[in-house]
Amino acid sequence: MSTILLQLNNVRQAYGEQAVIHDLTLSLQKGQIGCLLGPSGCGKTTALRCIAGFESVLSGEIFLNAVCVSSADVFVPPERRRIGMVFQDYALFPHLDVAANIGFGLHHLTKMERARRVDELLHVVHLTVASKKYPHELSGGQQQRVALARALAPKPELLLLDEPFSNLDISLRERLSIEVREIIKNQGITAILVTHDQAEAFAIADEIGVMHQGEMQQLDTAFNLYHRPANRFVANFIGQGVFLPGKVINAQQIEIELGILESETPHQHENGCIVDVLLRPDDIVHDDYSSLQATIVCKAFRGAEILYTLRLAGGARVLTLVPSHHNHAIGEKIGIKPEVDHIVAFQQLGS
Amino acid sequence: MISWRWVPFVAAALVVVPVGVIFSSVLAPAGEIWQHLVETTLISLLLNTFWLVLGVIVGTALLGISLAWFTAVYEFPGRRLFSWALLLPMAIPAYVTAFVALGLFDFTGPIQTTLRAWLDSDLSWFPDIRGRMGVIIVMTLAFYPYVYLLARNAFLSQGKRSLEVAQSLGFSRKQGFFKVVLPMARPWIAGGIMLVSMETLADFGTVAVFNYNTFTTAIYKAWFSMFSLQAASQLASLLIVMVFIVIVLEQQFRSRMRYAEAKSSAKAQRIQLAGWHNWAVTGFVVCVLFFAFFLPVAQLGYWSVQSFAQNYDMDRYLEFLWHSLTLSSLAALLICLVVIAMVYALRRYPDSATRYAVRTATIGYALPGTVLAIGVYVPLVWLDGQLSELALHWFQLETGQLIQGTLAIMLIAYLIRFMAVSHYPIDSAMQRVTHSIDEAAMSLGVHGWAMIRTVHIPILKPGIFTAATLVFVDVMKEMPITLMTRPFGWDTLAVRIYEMTSEGQWEQAALPAVTLILAGLMPIYLFMRQTEI
Repeated sequence: MSTILLQLNNVRQAYGEQAVIHDLTLSLQKGQIGCLLGPSGCGKTTALRCIAGFESVLSGEIFLNAVCVSSADVFVPPERRRIGMVFQDYALFPHLDVAANIGFGLHHLTKMERARRVDELLHVVHLTVASKKYPHELSGGQQQRVALARALAPKPELLLLDEPFSNLDISLRERLSIEVREIIKNQGITAILVTHDQAEAFAIADEIGVMHQGEMQQLDTAFNLYHRPANRFVANFIGQGVFLPGKVINAQQIEIELGILESETPHQHENGCIVDVLLRPDDIVHDDYSSLQATIVCKAFRGAEILYTLRLAGGARVLTLVPSHHNHAIGEKIGIKPEVDHIVAFQQLGS
Repeated sequence: MISWRWVPFVAAALVVVPVGVIFSSVLAPAGEIWQHLVETTLISLLLNTFWLVLGVIVGTALLGISLAWFTAVYEFPGRRLFSWALLLPMAIPAYVTAFVALGLFDFTGPIQTTLRAWLDSDLSWFPDIRGRMGVIIVMTLAFYPYVYLLARNAFLSQGKRSLEVAQSLGFSRKQGFFKVVLPMARPWIAGGIMLVSMETLADFGTVAVFNYNTFTTAIYKAWFSMFSLQAASQLASLLIVMVFIVIVLEQQFRSRMRYAEAKSSAKAQRIQLAGWHNWAVTGFVVCVLFFAFFLPVAQLGYWSVQSFAQNYDMDRYLEFLWHSLTLSSLAALLICLVVIAMVYALRRYPDSATRYAVRTATIGYALPGTVLAIGVYVPLVWLDGQLSELALHWFQLETGQLIQGTLAIMLIAYLIRFMAVSHYPIDSAMQRVTHSIDEAAMSLGVHGWAMIRTVHIPILKPGIFTAATLVFVDVMKEMPITLMTRPFGWDTLAVRIYEMTSEGQWEQAALPAVTLILAGLMPIYLFMRQTEI
């Protein structure tokens, strides 16, 4: 049976007049890794700081293990919330070596127990050989793992990670995020992370909440955020894609320039309505025999695939992802056909 | 013409030679002098210096750290204003605070006189301001801004964040402060304390006003009252040893500071103080400001007005002012030119020898003025003798003294002492003229003098201006070098203050002191404009 570890109900926080988060509601199951994803200034870091207890809330409640830790009149200080935190700049103690950094939060243990726990964690984060080094002697990735070990050492109920990979090289990020996910999962710890990088969120989190202007847009799995975005913001923010105008024929069919799209599940729009239909690059397939022709205006080589930007006869542009042995020149015409399982359509702006 | 290449080496030699001259005097046979010193004053000098430095360190650490912490992390009424105002005491030379304190709290001062009249008692319980505690308190009030500034820097960049780390690991805020924040800020705090120690060891004016004997006053007395260059040099060599210990410690902390450099974290929200905490903190800050700045300034204003009423000799004042301004401008010009040449030389030839030369040249700030006066005077007088002998021998000319009686000795001593002060702003401005900027200019067809005129000078200008202002004000406040090496008739405002205060004529010293404070406000204003505190 799964239990809810973290619950936020209609949390609101503001700096002066400016509301930073409003009506934020979310819950996280024990053992899950959650993620708050959004552009900078969307309030995700403030939300994390409210959960940690570094900020109080104006209204709403935060529950940890069914105990209210923050509300308009309740405030449990951070040191009594049993949380661990990995800071964006790691905030390692420059005057302590790696082992002392990791052991810093174990002040309630005896010297022996502390040493054992530190050894255990050094092993977990693969830094046993570096235990006597000082933070400035470590690489960025190593510093990050020390920060993680330090936060994990006191066995917190909830681990908070604030943009944990943003200070690392892009090439390191993916590898480390997978590694961090494994470590967190192996320790059986519940975690919530904040990031603006969707690749990072997809790699590490079980559930992702997309935030914009202080509001939760959609809380869902990575697959659903990409394929079933709840609104136009999520559709634009996650992945690539374009909108083409379409006319609703019936509950399962919408006609666009590329033909009639058919959906397995019915959509919500009225017949005859003009809507914007989301087309991801993987919704358009290259087909040499198709009668539908489009001109290549731009190409980006991606290794296994090439991302083509195509101009349709009517002037609209679409994206398509094609295996990279289909190498065509800009200006060439290629045959395409739409392959859409689930239609994502939104009411046209301004209508 | 001397190539720029050699400027750093000449500057380094200027710092090394006086130190060498003074140490060589230790080797000279002077058994009786040592014996005399040991028997009479040495022990008490050492003890006096030790207690003074210790007391000022403790005082400035307590004041500086607490004020830095409150203004860096908390929010309370007037916080923004106070953050700046707490630097104001830097505008008052310590010897000015000293004579105001004496004038106010001494036996014949207004406070004790009034109290005696009110309480009808002889006030035998009233602490003697002239004692050791008096000097320590005055120097603490004058020097705490060094610790305040550096500690505040550390707290602003990492204080709130490290407190959060501590809290996320289960420590309360109070535990976090002592277990995390203070240890992390240690290199900065120690750096500030080392600066304070150097200032305390170098101080002459304050201890002279209080008649508190330390090495600097002993050197001065040996020089003027006993006319014993030997004794003065012996004492100076001991003082140099102490200063070097401080320098070595300071360098050590500075290198650790580099590792501990925190990436400035996102602006964290300040902790709002509420209730009585609010007023306790505000009250504390106001109290420090009152005693360290507003009370001395108000009293000086009062005395100035009084002295006008008693037919103040305005012409003499203007003469002192003129001397001070002339000397400060000359020194600022000379020092900035030398430092610019030095910085260019290092930029052009960034080898390790040049680097060491620059580092040596900028260590001169640690040498106390009394020590420098002797260290510069002795070799130059010797050189003077040699020159006139040569002239006599080769050209049958009676030249008399060529160097003595000019401003040269004084200016060279200023140069040695204040090169470091102007080096920092000019050097940091030069860091912004990267080699790729030169290359960009050259690729656009601008090179040579045209490049210096259209690219370098505009970039360097603010730095040079800051450097010149700092030197100008420092020279104006400078007391021992001026006092000991000025040519006849070159009395400055600082000299006037020394002479008047040694006779207890506070009112007469007030207007010169106010003038120095006004000048001292300039660098604070510059600093305020350039830094986000």
